[in-house]
Amino acid sequence: MSGANCILSVDRLSMRFGGIVAVNELSFDAGRRKITALIGPNGAGKTTVFNCITGFYRPTGGAMRLTHDGGAEIALERLNDFRISKYAKVARTFQNIRLFPGMTALENLMVAQHNTLMRASGLTFLGLIGAPSWRAAEKRAIERASFWLERIGLIDRADDAAGNLPYGDQRRLEIARAMCTEPALLCLDEPAAGLNVRESGALSELLLSIRADHGTSILLIEHDMAVVMEISDHVVVMDYGVKIAEGSPKEVRDDPKVIAAYLGADEQEAIAVMESDT
Amino acid sequence: MSDVTAFQKERAATRASGIFFILKKALLSAFVALVLFSLMVGIRTEAGPTGQLIYWTRFGELASLVAAVFVGSIVIELLRQWLGRAGASNIIPPSVQSGLSVAGKLIAPALLIFTFLVPVIFYDQRYILDLAILVLTYVMLGWGLNVVVGLAGLLDLGYVAFYAVGAYSYALLATNFGLSFWVCLPLAGILASLWGVMLGFPVLRLRGDYLAIVTLAFGEIIRLVIVNWQSLTGGPNGVSGIPRPTLFGIPLTPDDDGFAARLGIEFSPTHRVVFLFYVILAMALLTNWVTIRLRRLPIGRAWEALREDEVACRALGINITTTKLTAFATGALFGGLAGAFFATRQGFISPESFTFNESALVLAIVVLGGMGSQLGVALAALAMIGGFELFRGLEQYRMLVFGLAMVLLMIWRPRGIIGHRAPTVFLKRSEAISSDLVKEGHG
Repeated sequence: MSGANCILSVDRLSMRFGGIVAVNELSFDAGRRKITALIGPNGAGKTTVFNCITGFYRPTGGAMRLTHDGGAEIALERLNDFRISKYAKVARTFQNIRLFPGMTALENLMVAQHNTLMRASGLTFLGLIGAPSWRAAEKRAIERASFWLERIGLIDRADDAAGNLPYGDQRRLEIARAMCTEPALLCLDEPAAGLNVRESGALSELLLSIRADHGTSILLIEHDMAVVMEISDHVVVMDYGVKIAEGSPKEVRDDPKVIAAYLGADEQEAIAVMESDT
Repeated sequence: MSDVTAFQKERAATRASGIFFILKKALLSAFVALVLFSLMVGIRTEAGPTGQLIYWTRFGELASLVAAVFVGSIVIELLRQWLGRAGASNIIPPSVQSGLSVAGKLIAPALLIFTFLVPVIFYDQRYILDLAILVLTYVMLGWGLNVVVGLAGLLDLGYVAFYAVGAYSYALLATNFGLSFWVCLPLAGILASLWGVMLGFPVLRLRGDYLAIVTLAFGEIIRLVIVNWQSLTGGPNGVSGIPRPTLFGIPLTPDDDGFAARLGIEFSPTHRVVFLFYVILAMALLTNWVTIRLRRLPIGRAWEALREDEVACRALGINITTTKLTAFATGALFGGLAGAFFATRQGFISPESFTFNESALVLAIVVLGGMGSQLGVALAALAMIGGFELFRGLEQYRMLVFGLAMVLLMIWRPRGIIGHRAPTVFLKRSEAISSDLVKEGHG
């Protein structure tokens, strides 16, 4: 994939914890304004890849190149911690939801706009004296938050504590919070986990509309194959820290290696199973 | 018919087991009391006239204490079964509860108006005025520490260090360079907040217990430096002759150019006390105003978000380092300002005023008040400092009553007097968030 169509290019990424190789020389590309899914059995190293991309781990080896719309290239392996979100514009959600439970849904979305608001408040000093420019910026931030609350259908619960919301709403709120940072790349770690069929259907719609309306590229880890097959443009399959297959959802679904990895059988057996099916 | 008898039998059985349960519990409590008190009360030791150890026994007192625990345990258990599960909601009817919530809204303005009127009401009661100044000093310290502990969730056991830095900054600048209180006040605040940043840097990576230990040590380091750096601080002798604050350059003294002489009224030492009262009130209200403003600004929201979930903050592009440092610096700033006021009020400071006890007291005020709640902290300071004075008549039992009151309060209200959290921004309605959801922070 060439640079213009590719937002994230992961090149021979490796992550070792002591003697354990969690990710071994993984290479893949994520398309611009595309939804790329990263799948694989439990313990395949998907979340480790995410943690490397979003700066929570510093990879042992390899490179991750992020290309913004303007053509600016950022080497993600050189940034860490909060800088990934602030400068590289990569946002993420977590496998186990990490909202601020004691803050309202609206406050959660306001915290996500921290860096914009910090600048507008003149590093707090303009805000402390209540300067008009700060008031205007705060109003815009509330409007943006309301927009996203409307979008995920939680506008009526804007003033409720995030910890009091039902599980599915919390999942959507976390996605909205990530979107409030105005990311170029949105990384979702199992967004459909724990959702029922209707909720995961709504989630698919939300993700497709995020891509269509905001031009945000999405990278997601997901176990719910219905969601993966429905929305992803490109699927990367991992097992034991290495890439075992890659391609369109259909190609991947029919790949014997993938089936073997998921069924825990060896490749020959999987082929036999597939042939007996057809 | 047989059903009814079976039911009665069953009830009798549960009642019998209930009595056995109560007795068993009471016996157990009595046994624990016996073990504890046998050494503490039962045997009394003292050094004899020639230096040898003599002891005598007090089994009568021991027996009465154990009996009191036994009976008390039965009474408490009966009360608990009679009232149902613990919780104020069972005891207080809903109408009273709604009345209480209305009273809760009025309490802050009422308290503020009353505070403004204190010097008018108690003009000739010097003792009460002094006590009010002391309470307000602790209110300010509590509000300052509340930024660090209550909002940012960073447990700071060495808050007294900033109080000391502020006090010594003013004392030394005023006695050595003759700078006035109003010039030194901001300087003391800035110096203290620099110390806050200096403390902040090494402890950024620490959490919970480890953070508490390091901040505790930092508080002690400051005190020991003050004790030992005799050439600068005067060591254990302290700094004396600290100038009193002036009213825009007019000293509150019996001199010819003093406040009383200029107004043509008779001089009274109470003028200065009343003046000091309004100075600390203004400083405390400034602390409160700034904190309330900061909570509604991105920095304040980032502090609270940090308390809720540090990892999520990082994922949202919030710089944890500067956020923690600003929390430490802001808390230290208020501590330093309060310290400068303390120095000018006392006129004399020594390291004895800045022991760990002070840190613990201020932390207790914040925890009792409800972490993050401004009104709660003010009420707790009033109860802790004012209440402590109230029990002065009890002499050595004062600490006992005090400890008991704290234990009871923590059982009744584990998250402090005001445990719920008010949202900083809202679309339609601002509804308090239950303390069950609000995190206490982890470091």
